[in-house]
Amino acid sequence: MSETPGISPLSADDQEPLRVVLAKLGFDGHDRGLKVVARTLRDAGMEVIYLGLRQTTDSIVAACEQEDADVIGLSMHNAGHLTLAPRMVQAVEEAGLGVPVVIGGIVPAEDVTVLIEAGVAAVLGPGASTEEVVAAVRAAVAHQSPAR
Amino acid sequence: MSAPLLDELFESARTGNRRALGRLLTMVERQDDNAVMVSERAHRDAGQARVIGVTGAPGSGKSTITGRLAAVSGAARPAILAIDPSSPLTGGAILGDRIRMDNNVSSSTFIRSMATRGHAGGLAVAVPDAVRVLDAAGCDPVIVETVGVGQVEVTVAAAADTTVVVVTPGWGDAVQANKAGLLEVADIFVVNKADRPDARGARRDLELMLDLGHRGDWRAPIVLTTATEGEGIDDLWSEIERHTSYLHHSGELIRRRCRRRRSEVADRIELGLRDRALRIIDDQSGESAMVRVERHELSPAAAAEQLLATLIPDNPPEE
Ligand code: B12
Ligand SMILES: Nc1nc2c(ncn2[C@@H]2O[C@H](COP(=O)(O)OP(=O)(O)OP(=O)(O)O)[C@@H](O)[C@H]2O)c(=O)[nH]1
Ligand SMILES: [Mg+2]
Repeated sequence: MSETPGISPLSADDQEPLRVVLAKLGFDGHDRGLKVVARTLRDAGMEVIYLGLRQTTDSIVAACEQEDADVIGLSMHNAGHLTLAPRMVQAVEEAGLGVPVVIGGIVPAEDVTVLIEAGVAAVLGPGASTEEVVAAVRAAVAHQSPAR
Repeated sequence: MSAPLLDELFESARTGNRRALGRLLTMVERQDDNAVMVSERAHRDAGQARVIGVTGAPGSGKSTITGRLAAVSGAARPAILAIDPSSPLTGGAILGDRIRMDNNVSSSTFIRSMATRGHAGGLAVAVPDAVRVLDAAGCDPVIVETVGVGQVEVTVAAAADTTVVVVTPGWGDAVQANKAGLLEVADIFVVNKADRPDARGARRDLELMLDLGHRGDWRAPIVLTTATEGEGIDDLWSEIERHTSYLHHSGELIRRRCRRRRSEVADRIELGLRDRALRIIDDQSGESAMVRVERHELSPAAAAEQLLATLIPDNPPEE
């Protein structure tokens, strides 16, 4: 872990908007859902840092650090979630970021528990409602830093 | 936050620690309890970086240009501050500038997205502080991207050493409302999307306007770019460097920065006064004045006059 002294999770009150990094990992062109989620989160008062397609775990970690993000949201539709999602969680841990990872897209039911055990905060699928999307992101952040 | 801890954060930021720099920026962005200390600490070391503002109509190509500029600058640690409007209804924002930059910049470029967050005039103080922090952390150049739609945004972009105004072919109609404002602040014009028809026409329009309007010994050059292809970006960087050396030689740099800090202090006073104004209206004397206003015994103007006197005496007592 590369700890930086003096940087702990922010104890934000409700005054400050949550900052969310949204991205797609690797070669997966399904960005429609991610765009929907971006608007949903914005309408819920969050600041969405939209990275879009073809990101790597490194580029996402770098963006999180620079943007001081509270949570990472990934959208996955290319059946790569069992490798990519745990890899993202691990990259976040290695960087000592302490931000939760929420994912959505196409994840078969039997894979959900595997991902949760790997440290993913929440998994949402097709048809997830606006309320569910917002609640999942808020809960992930609250769970990570109960101070909020 | 304690002073040693703050020193440590700055030290980390200076050695390129992205998290430390990211956190310092959050503190000034929130203008929280630590912000004054952070700003103060940053101000000690600031003043080294070239500050470049990039503004223009929505979608004109500012982010693409900004990312390319950071790349061709050849600088070791360029920084980009990309500002987007918050939704006035929900306070949320989609900050989508990185998507146009990421592919072009190297990993040593520090990019921070910032939402306007609606607080009146807040942007006017948060942005100079953010630039100050990036500068003190050793980033250079610091490029600030803002949408040139309203007066505040233009003013923010203009709070730079060099202001680049981006237009596109057929731009005249798109930014009609704020044309004069944009023209006034431009040190350099870019006609982007030069791959589209009539880029030359746009250049001609600008030339004509400059013929009519320009004052002083710097005439804003006009550069044609196709940012998506990287065409013209080298020329743009050369013009920026030419402007930088003009600023140095003419003494204009010192004057500009001096003006900038004056208006920053003025903005802060204004914000502070507004805060106090709201507080004073709610306190006892304010309330009784407001009651009289409601009864039509006192006009709002007279009430304001009366309350203002309690804030700032006309003849300040000698200390
Ligand atoms: C539209 C679509 C396309 C479009 C994509 C357009 C675009 N720019 O997005 C096109 C035609 C390009 C396409 C191509 C392909 N597709 Co396709 N496509 C679909 C389809 C029909 C709908 C996806 C969609 O947009 N849904 C609407 C959005 C709003 O829903 P969503 O993404 O699920 O998002 C919601 C939730 O999941 C959640 N969510 C999603 N992301 C996130 C993130 C966070 C942080 C949170 C909190 C929530 C969240 O919230 C959203 C709102 O409820 C699906 C089938 C399906 N039923 O999903 C197949 C599907 C995803 N595609 C599939 C495939 C195989 C392909 C291709 C490989 C086909 C081919 N052989 O060429 C290509 C690959 C292209 C590429 N480069 O990756 C498969 C994937 C199979 C798998 N993963 O096991 C699917 C499931 C179809 C199927 N049943 O086989 N596709
Ligand atoms: N044809 C063409 N398209 C361009 C050029 N430069 C940018 N674009 C495209 O114009 C669109 C907007 O580009 P951005 O760089 O995001 O523009 P911007 O001014 O930062 O946009 P906002 O921040 O949303 O106001 C993107 O689709 C770019 O790919 C260019 O030189 N030619
Ligand atoms: Mg932009």
